Amino acid sequence: MATRGYRKGDEHSDERIYRCVGSLTISRAATTEREIELMPDGMTIDLSGVNKMDTVGAWLVYRATRDRGARVEGASPEAEGLLEQVRQADVPVRVTPEEEGTGFKRGVSELGEYVVEAGQILFGLLNFFGATLIGFWQVFKRPQQRFRMNAVVTRFDLVGVRALGIIGLMSFLIGIVIGQQGAVQLRAFGAEIYTINLIGRITVRELGTLMTAIMVAGRSGSAFAAQLGTMKLTEEIDAMRTIGVSPTEALVIPRMMSAIVMMPLLSFYAMIMTILGGGIYCWIDLEIPPLTFVQRLQEVIPITDVWVGLIKAPVFGFVIALVGCFQGMLVEGDAEQVGLRTTNAVVQAIFLVIVIDAVFAVFFSSIGWI
Amino acid sequence: MSDTSPILPEGAKVVICIRGLRNAFGEEGEQQQVIHDKLDLDVKRGEILGVVGGSGTGKSVLMRSIIGLQTPEDGEIEVLGENMIGREEDEAKNIRRRWGILFQNGALFSTLTVAENVEVPLREYFHLSPTLMDEIAGYKIAMAGLPADAAPKFPSELSGGMVKRAGLARALALDPELLFLDEPTAGLDPIAAQNFDELILSLRDKLDLTVFLITHDLDTLYAICDRVAVLADKKVVAVGTIEQLLALDHPWIQEYFNGPRGRAAAAA
Repeated sequence: MATRGYRKGDEHSDERIYRCVGSLTISRAATTEREIELMPDGMTIDLSGVNKMDTVGAWLVYRATRDRGARVEGASPEAEGLLEQVRQADVPVRVTPEEEGTGFKRGVSELGEYVVEAGQILFGLLNFFGATLIGFWQVFKRPQQRFRMNAVVTRFDLVGVRALGIIGLMSFLIGIVIGQQGAVQLRAFGAEIYTINLIGRITVRELGTLMTAIMVAGRSGSAFAAQLGTMKLTEEIDAMRTIGVSPTEALVIPRMMSAIVMMPLLSFYAMIMTILGGGIYCWIDLEIPPLTFVQRLQEVIPITDVWVGLIKAPVFGFVIALVGCFQGMLVEGDAEQVGLRTTNAVVQAIFLVIVIDAVFAVFFSSIGWI
Repeated sequence: MSDTSPILPEGAKVVICIRGLRNAFGEEGEQQQVIHDKLDLDVKRGEILGVVGGSGTGKSVLMRSIIGLQTPEDGEIEVLGENMIGREEDEAKNIRRRWGILFQNGALFSTLTVAENVEVPLREYFHLSPTLMDEIAGYKIAMAGLPADAAPKFPSELSGGMVKRAGLARALALDPELLFLDEPTAGLDPIAAQNFDELILSLRDKLDLTVFLITHDLDTLYAICDRVAVLADKKVVAVGTIEQLLALDHPWIQEYFNGPRGRAAAAA
C-alpha cells in the first residue's frame, strides 16, 4: 500500500496536497526531497499521518514553506516543535572557505603567494642556519656545561648504527646493478675489464655519498622533522624555552652533530659495500678473481676520488639535519602540518644535496681532482 | 534493593543496560590492572546521566566499552535494545547510526571544514543531494550554537569552546537518540561551560535525547544531570539524584560532594 507521498485523485481529489504517512526522517530524506520538488508551488503538506519525524524531515517541510509557499496542516505538537527548531536554526552557511577571484587573477595571485612563501622559507632557512652556528659556538665555548653527550650518542645510534642494514643492502645491490649494466655496454667494445674502473670511480666519487645522503634524508631527515614538529605541537619546545633550555642546543645541535659525524662513516661503508657487490658480480659473471679486482681498483682510483667522496659527506649531513630541524620547527597548528613539513624536509634535503653535489663536482674538477 | 542501585526496577524504559562488565589491561596475573569488575548500570530513556569518578576509575573506558571501541573481557552490554558484544561490523553500523559521540578534544577531522565534518556521517549513511546536505550541516551548526561564519573554517582556526560545539554538531548530524559526551565542559571558561550546559539541556528537551555524560564539572552535575552515577571500587557504586547520593555514607561520594568545591557548586 502506498502510504506516503504525492497522490492524485485521493479522497481530497486535490493534487496540491502532499500527504506524508509513517516516518518522515533522514532515511527517507532523498525521496521526500524529490517528491516535494515535483509538487506545485503553494502546496499543502499534510502531516497528520506522520508518526515519526526528525530534524531532517522537519527541515524539508520547513524549506517547502520558506521557498515554495507551502502550507502545513495536521502537525502534531512534537512536529510543530521540530519545525520551530529548524526555523530558528536557519542561517545561510558556507561549507568551504570563500575563494578569492577567478581564473587568471587567481592563478597569478597563487603564483605570487608561492613565490613569496618560497622566499620566506629561504630566508627562514638562512636565519635558522645562523642560529645553529651561534648555538654551535655556545657549545664550543663551554663544552663541559653545554655539550649533551647522551643526546648526541643516542642520535649516533639512531642515525648511524641502525641505518647500517638498509644502507648496506642498498649499496650492495647498486654495486651489482652498476657492474651488470656496465659490463653489458662495455662488452660491445671488448673492454669488460673497464667495468672495474666504472664501479670503483663512480662509487667512490659520487654514488656512495649521494645514495647514502638520500637514504639518510629519508630515514633521519624525516624523523627530525616529525619529532620536532610533534614536540612543537605538544608545546614541549615552549616548555623547554620557559625552563631556560635552548631548543637549539638540546634538540637541533645533537641531531646536526650526529648527521655530520655519521654521514662520512656511512658513506665510506656504502662505498665498501657497493664495491663488494660489484666485485662479486665481476667474479661470478666476468670471471675476474677478487685479487685482480682489488689490485686493479687500487690502480684506477686516485686517492683524490676518496677525498671527493668523503669531503662532501659531512656537508650533506649538515644540510639534511638543517632542513629536517628547520621544517620541524615550522610546524604550527594541527597534526596535518607534521606530515606536510616532514615531506617538505625530505624533498628539500634531497634537492639541496643534489644542488650542492653539482657545485662540488664543478669545484673539484676546477682544482684538478679529476 | 535501595533506590540508588545501578539496576533499575523491571519495566523502566532502559536505553543502555550493562551487566557484569569486566575490563582489564595487561596479562592475567598479579600485574593485571582491573578497571571494571562486575559493573552494572542502567540508563533511562530521556535522562541526562552524569558519570563521575576519580581519575583512573575508568569513566572513559566505560564509555569506550559501550560504544564498541574497547572489547570487554566479560559482561553484557545492550544499547537501544541491541546486544553490543561480538557484533559483526555490518550490524554494529546500524546501531552506530543511532548515537552521536562528542570526544573530549572534539576529534574533528583536521583536513575538513566544520561543515564538511558534520557532513561526514551524512555522506557515510545516506545519498542526499549536495544542497540538502549543506543545508542540514548549516542548521546543525546553528543548533550547536555556532555562528554561521564558523562553518567554512578549519578546526585549527577555532577556539576550544567552538571545537566542542562543532564536535557536538557532528554528533547530532544523524539525529541520534543517544548522545555520549566525554567531559564536554573540560577546558572551557565558566561562561562557555555554562552556555554549553544550557545547550545540552535544551537539545535534550527539543530533540528527545538520552545523554550519557562523563564529567568532572560539579556545576554541570548540579545544573543539568537528572541522575549521577558514581564509579568507584571498579564498579558503579550508586546512581541517583545528588540528594540521594548525599544521603549515602560512601567516603568518596561524601568527599566529592561535600568538599569545598562541591559545596560551592551546590550553593550556586
